Amino acid sequence: MQIVRALLTRLITTFITLFGAAIIVFVVIRVVPGNPIAMMLPPGASEADIDRLKALYGLDKGIFEQFVIWISNVVQGDFGTSITLRQPVYDLVIGRLPATLELSVMALLIAVFIGGAAALTATLYRGSKVEGGIDVAGGIALSLPDFLWGLALILLFGVLWPLFHISGRISPSLGFEFTSHFYLFEALARFRFDVVLDLMGHMLMPALALAIPLAAIILQLLKQSLKECMHDDYITLARTKGYAESSIILRDALPNAILPTLTLIGVQFTFLIGGTVIIERLFSYEGLGNMAIDAVINRDLPLIQGIVLVFALLFTMVNLVVDMAYAALNPRLRHA
Amino acid sequence: MRDARGHIRRLPGLRLWLSGGWLTFLVLAAVFAPLISPHDPLAQDLFAGRLPPFFEQGADPAYLLGTDSLGRDVLSRMLYGARLALIVALVAGTLTCLIGATLGLIAGYYRGWADLVISRFIDIWMAFPPVLFAILLIAVLGTGLMSVIIAIVVIDWTRFARVVRAEAMGQGAMDYVASAQVAGRTRFGTALTEILPNVLPTIVALLTLEMGIAVIVEAILSFVNLSISTDQPTWGGMIAEGRTSIYQAWWVLVFPLFALFLTVLSFSQLGEGLKDHFDPVLR
Repeated sequence: MQIVRALLTRLITTFITLFGAAIIVFVVIRVVPGNPIAMMLPPGASEADIDRLKALYGLDKGIFEQFVIWISNVVQGDFGTSITLRQPVYDLVIGRLPATLELSVMALLIAVFIGGAAALTATLYRGSKVEGGIDVAGGIALSLPDFLWGLALILLFGVLWPLFHISGRISPSLGFEFTSHFYLFEALARFRFDVVLDLMGHMLMPALALAIPLAAIILQLLKQSLKECMHDDYITLARTKGYAESSIILRDALPNAILPTLTLIGVQFTFLIGGTVIIERLFSYEGLGNMAIDAVINRDLPLIQGIVLVFALLFTMVNLVVDMAYAALNPRLRHA
Repeated sequence: MRDARGHIRRLPGLRLWLSGGWLTFLVLAAVFAPLISPHDPLAQDLFAGRLPPFFEQGADPAYLLGTDSLGRDVLSRMLYGARLALIVALVAGTLTCLIGATLGLIAGYYRGWADLVISRFIDIWMAFPPVLFAILLIAVLGTGLMSVIIAIVVIDWTRFARVVRAEAMGQGAMDYVASAQVAGRTRFGTALTEILPNVLPTIVALLTLEMGIAVIVEAILSFVNLSISTDQPTWGGMIAEGRTSIYQAWWVLVFPLFALFLTVLSFSQLGEGLKDHFDPVLR
């Protein structure tokens, strides 16, 4: 019963958050200097034309009425038409979102792999120079944000040793026809491994830049949890049975130590998605964030509000799923 | 065990000295930029474009760290860029700290309606990608130093509010707070004399971290050409220019990037070091 109430409260706060986010976007967009109507019309448009267009967009009505019209359109998925690209904002966002999702998930996988492997290695060689080295590397990785790691990777693997692509999502020369916007997923499903390789070559650097700070966070927390586990009785038992240290860490300590890290990864995933905005810009990766920056620079208001709202929806949904997964995984909350 | 403690204690000492040293150097460089800059940071010399730094062949000793595509001196631009970076770090960092920590303290100690409203605002703020939020705010406010500072304060106050709220909540449940209340102290007096001193170490550590973050946000805004103004040299602006000519003149990107690296690293190591310093368990 209690869990149903907790769930209901959580759903209500999610709704309030989304509604609040919509209000903020509505307000911010309306105080942007520059008349959006004037930008949509050719210079020299008559006063009557301006009024007609204003009426078409509902801009001649009161601010409250405008908000009601706007929010009911948004709920139906109608974000209006992009001023610069002259296409429905919904189509543009849906076309770019998969690129950002693929990049984010790839970065998350890399972070989990590097952070997890480093934590396990440091635990296996605890007290030695290896652990000290991993600690120092983790400290530096954590201190610098994804933007700086991205620039460092461009210098190292784009200029000094040009091993990977540092701009774009796919080589245009490949001439591969995609039927969806999930390029990597589709290439994998169609067993076109040459295309997969090219996509990975483009995605690896931006994904790594996003992954490095998160990997350091995972390393620190997982290592701490493992360290606490290593003093428990079942570890001593496994040792007296004669198991190798590495298999004790993997089979006995890891499953007991992993829950706090899993929760943290969920929370940090939204921060990682937020990081894609500037990383996509840095690597000229054709995702949602890169399009958002262009939209702000061009003052394409319908496009900006569409993208910001989609990000807000994505973030609140990720947080909701993480909270629910945590409740489902945590026995104390499950049986409460 | 004692060895491990000694190790932990020595390391922050070194970290504090190194990061403090770099930041002191940076402050001096910024303050005396007009005196020590070998050139006018804005002066273009199209005949001296893309000169390499002193250790490369074809360098001009007058331009120690080389020139960019317009023939402007990289070293002078970096020195003047340090001024803006530090102003943003100090002003934006302090303002963010004051506003965020106050709201966090109110929410965490007074609870009730104030907490409900502030927490909901924090949730809403967490639903936006911070970089996109900052860029959007600059589009609203227009470019300029004030806009950059306001944007940083508006997007980052939640960082302080969240942490201070949680800490104040924890402290508020302690016995010494209850005894202060019994002794007849007002709610406000308790918050100021009992709670605040106990959360101050966390706030100070967060403040230095925030200064590093402010430098980064300014660099990111300059990178997308939405920061101060185009005729004032900033590290982010230099990095953006360097990114476009990376194969012809790597030094335009590398030197300001290196300065940015060291500065952000120093601020965050200073924060970590201070946190350890204030931690009664480690001390």
